[in-house]
Amino acid sequence: MGGFPILSVMMLVPLLGAIACLFMDAKPARMVALLATLIDLALGIVLWANYDIGGAQWQFTESAGLFAGFEYALGIDGIALMLIMLSVFLMPICIGASWEAITKRVGEYMAAFLLMEVLMIGVFAAQDIFLFYIFFEAGLIPMYLIIGVWGGQNRIYAAYKFFLYTLLGSVLMLIAMLWMVNEAGTSSVPVLMEYDFAPEAQTWLWLAFFASFAVKMPMWPVHTWLPDAHVQAPTAGSVILAGVLLKLGGYGFIRFSLPMFPDASAQFAWLVWGLSMIAVVLTSLIALVQADMKKLIAYSSVAHMAIVTVGLFAFNVQGLEGAMMIMLGHGLVSGALFLCVGVIYDRLHTREIDRYGGLAINMPAYAVLFMLFTMASVGLPGTSNFVGEFLALAGIYQANSWVAFVCTTGIILGAAYMLYLYRRVVFGIQKNADAAAMPDLSVREYLLLGPIAAAVLWMGVYPESFLAPMRADIELLDTRLAASAPEGDAHLAIGEGAPPAEEHAEGGAH
Amino acid sequence: MDYSQSLALVLPEIILSISGLILLLLAAWGGDKGARVISIASAVALGGAFALVAVAVCSGAAGPDTIAFGGQFRADAFAGLAKLMIFAASGAALVVAPRYFERAGDMRAEFPVLVLFAALGMSIMVSAADLMTLYIGLELNSLSAYVLASILRDDERSAEAGLKYFVLGGLASGILLFGMSLTYGFAGTTNFSGIAVAVSDGLSTGQLFGLTFVMAGLAFKISAAPFHMWTPDVYEGAPTPVTMFFASAPKVAAVALLARVSLEAFGTQADAWRQIVIFAALLSIVIGALGAIGQQNVKRLLAYSSINNVGFILIGLAAGTLAGASAMMVYLAIYVVMTIGSFVAVLLMRDANGNQVENISDLAGLSTTRPALAWCLLALMFSLAGIPPLFGFWGKFVVFQAVVEADLLAIAAIGIAASVIGAFYYIKIVKVMFFDEAVDTIKGESDTPHWALLIICAVLISPLGYLLIGPLGNLADRAAASLAVAF
Repeated sequence: MGGFPILSVMMLVPLLGAIACLFMDAKPARMVALLATLIDLALGIVLWANYDIGGAQWQFTESAGLFAGFEYALGIDGIALMLIMLSVFLMPICIGASWEAITKRVGEYMAAFLLMEVLMIGVFAAQDIFLFYIFFEAGLIPMYLIIGVWGGQNRIYAAYKFFLYTLLGSVLMLIAMLWMVNEAGTSSVPVLMEYDFAPEAQTWLWLAFFASFAVKMPMWPVHTWLPDAHVQAPTAGSVILAGVLLKLGGYGFIRFSLPMFPDASAQFAWLVWGLSMIAVVLTSLIALVQADMKKLIAYSSVAHMAIVTVGLFAFNVQGLEGAMMIMLGHGLVSGALFLCVGVIYDRLHTREIDRYGGLAINMPAYAVLFMLFTMASVGLPGTSNFVGEFLALAGIYQANSWVAFVCTTGIILGAAYMLYLYRRVVFGIQKNADAAAMPDLSVREYLLLGPIAAAVLWMGVYPESFLAPMRADIELLDTRLAASAPEGDAHLAIGEGAPPAEEHAEGGAH
Repeated sequence: MDYSQSLALVLPEIILSISGLILLLLAAWGGDKGARVISIASAVALGGAFALVAVAVCSGAAGPDTIAFGGQFRADAFAGLAKLMIFAASGAALVVAPRYFERAGDMRAEFPVLVLFAALGMSIMVSAADLMTLYIGLELNSLSAYVLASILRDDERSAEAGLKYFVLGGLASGILLFGMSLTYGFAGTTNFSGIAVAVSDGLSTGQLFGLTFVMAGLAFKISAAPFHMWTPDVYEGAPTPVTMFFASAPKVAAVALLARVSLEAFGTQADAWRQIVIFAALLSIVIGALGAIGQQNVKRLLAYSSINNVGFILIGLAAGTLAGASAMMVYLAIYVVMTIGSFVAVLLMRDANGNQVENISDLAGLSTTRPALAWCLLALMFSLAGIPPLFGFWGKFVVFQAVVEADLLAIAAIGIAASVIGAFYYIKIVKVMFFDEAVDTIKGESDTPHWALLIICAVLISPLGYLLIGPLGNLADRAAASLAVAF
């Protein structure tokens, strides 16, 4: 790529678009927003195509001495690359989803979304810990406005809750960051990732970071902002929340907590496991009884994210790869599910499950796509989530079989609530005349759901495309964690009859 | 050091006093007709003083060459930076005031003169190297301020504000004087460097009492809790340009003075005053945040916001290091810009008849009726709350960085967690402006000087402000380094 600052350009394009949108009427603002996000998608594809798999750990690095006290330093590894791809892929879809649904203050709406895109790319590309924090926190402002201005009835409560919850989580992390930078003498993320903090300091630092990432993730019991925010946000807002913002927590764990505080991570693995086990079972059961479609999907997100956290804290390659794959897959699938809800919400203006029924008759194409995403959410082989969930659960099984056992029930419960939702909405008799009269997907809606469906199948059938760029980085992280990883509970014994082969025994015990 | 050199060092103050006296005579003979001319002349005088100080600050004035009148007065870079902020804030008050008072039908020629004398008093305060100089500066500022608060003679609230300020300010001055006399009695000198020598082997009980009372008196002036009671009433009652002036310039002066007394005179006894400062800082943050939640009036809300911000500034002082002093100066500079911006926005809140509206409920739906004003206020509110990427974040950042470097982690954690409570009422204003149904009361015509000032402030606190981190940090570091710290 030579010296072309592609990451900066990817942030600059939507930023300029956002400023332009603020001063525009509805029609041109929509066009500008779509254009800016499509340019970013194209740049993202260029980025991926030029990413050198197996090359340097940090690629496309840029830095400029713009500020004192912290540096404007950007650069990505495979993990960041994949998450940036997810963001730039979902953004044009979000703009498309808001094309007709948003009619008031369109310019400001589009500006807020483009600003979100800038900040998300910034979060994943930042190589300075304070720059990361600035991008991480700044996302609160556009999201607060998106929920509060364009949300549903109870939007103000949801906006407050979202803002204050996530702010409280993050400020303690800032103090921890200040301490770390003071101790290590640098604010560069790659250097800090290799810096060994004293174990007792790690405990406190880990907790401070955990406070922030657990809220963003969100983990039980600090997940309660999510269903409120999701239900009240407009469709595109939910897609961005579920698709990308929830990934900030997981990204934080994999970029900061695990490599910077490996000892503390091992020390607190039981805490993460425990909270995740509760989350998987509890939120799946809660999802089962929801009458509101968006709330159901929101709770399912919490359950999926809990499998991400157990994967991350399995301390082995499979767990980490699985966690990353679920994050990518869940980003696509939950985004698509929210879009599916949005499609029928735009027609009937209710999210209540009972108001629908028998949509397979009048909306067959919709029913097919909805089925695909439902199955992907359940984790059917051949779809994206299967790969991630299988790897993550296989990873945690090596660390602790009980955790694996409890978390696997989440898959069964997931199938229960998703299929139950699908049956009530799409199958059955057409009991409501207005729901029965709804037209099938429009061209615009095909264009929104089609690409996601293709990506979901691609990720399920050939995950190697997505795993390859991340492999080296995950192995690096695994070696960093190897020394402190907790011992697995599976003490495999070799049976009497088996030929005593040293390397087989070792392979089995891992 | 001869007398001419001393006079050269106080040249900015001389300019202010002479022009103040001349303009006072003009005002006395010319009457209120010449108010506008006197305003402009005052602004020019402030500008001249600003330019003179700016030269000294940029050269990083420090050391014995900055001491005038045998150790009474120090024109070092620390004082210089504070003076720059004071003069700029006073100038802003002069810019916004004429339109406001003309609309109220009561533009008085004394107003600019009083602002000039207040600026002079503050300028002496921040340069004080002796308790006597300190008191002269402080009283010159306070007396001008009492009159300024009640300058709208026909307005009951203004008169009430002036009276309240006067009574409570008099009490605080008494406390301060009592502390000063105790300090003098037990240290044998009023000079800061002399006090530093006297207390270098530990504080006697008398000295500790002196220190405590001096701190309490100064805490009143910066409206730090628990000496903050007067702030909401005075801020609400005083005319808005005066409130803007109170919330910006005197805060800078008193905080700089407090830093100088703590670090220069009692620098060796940091443990003694640190407890007081930490207590006042955390209490201010919490009271400022909780008190603001129930407010219906924008000016009262901003009063609590200023109490809250003073708490964060004091956190920088609690670090007790040069980095802490530098962080305070950075925070002050950003705070002054945010405060001026917020009050100018309040000035722009006028109904169809041109009357000022001050209720938060009148802001409802402002983003649809007056989008430019709403977006500026949004930036100011998030900046005051310290949310990145707005520049207000940087002030909090440097302050907490200083405390963490000084290893006061518990203070840092409690302080920053309390800042979340404060965020609530800032985002409440944003909620009212952006989420609520429009009431469309605010439709006053635009005033060019007000808008210009608001836009300058908005640009400075926008993410573009981060480009200033380098120069501002340098200035503040040099200012802190010029303190004659006694550790």
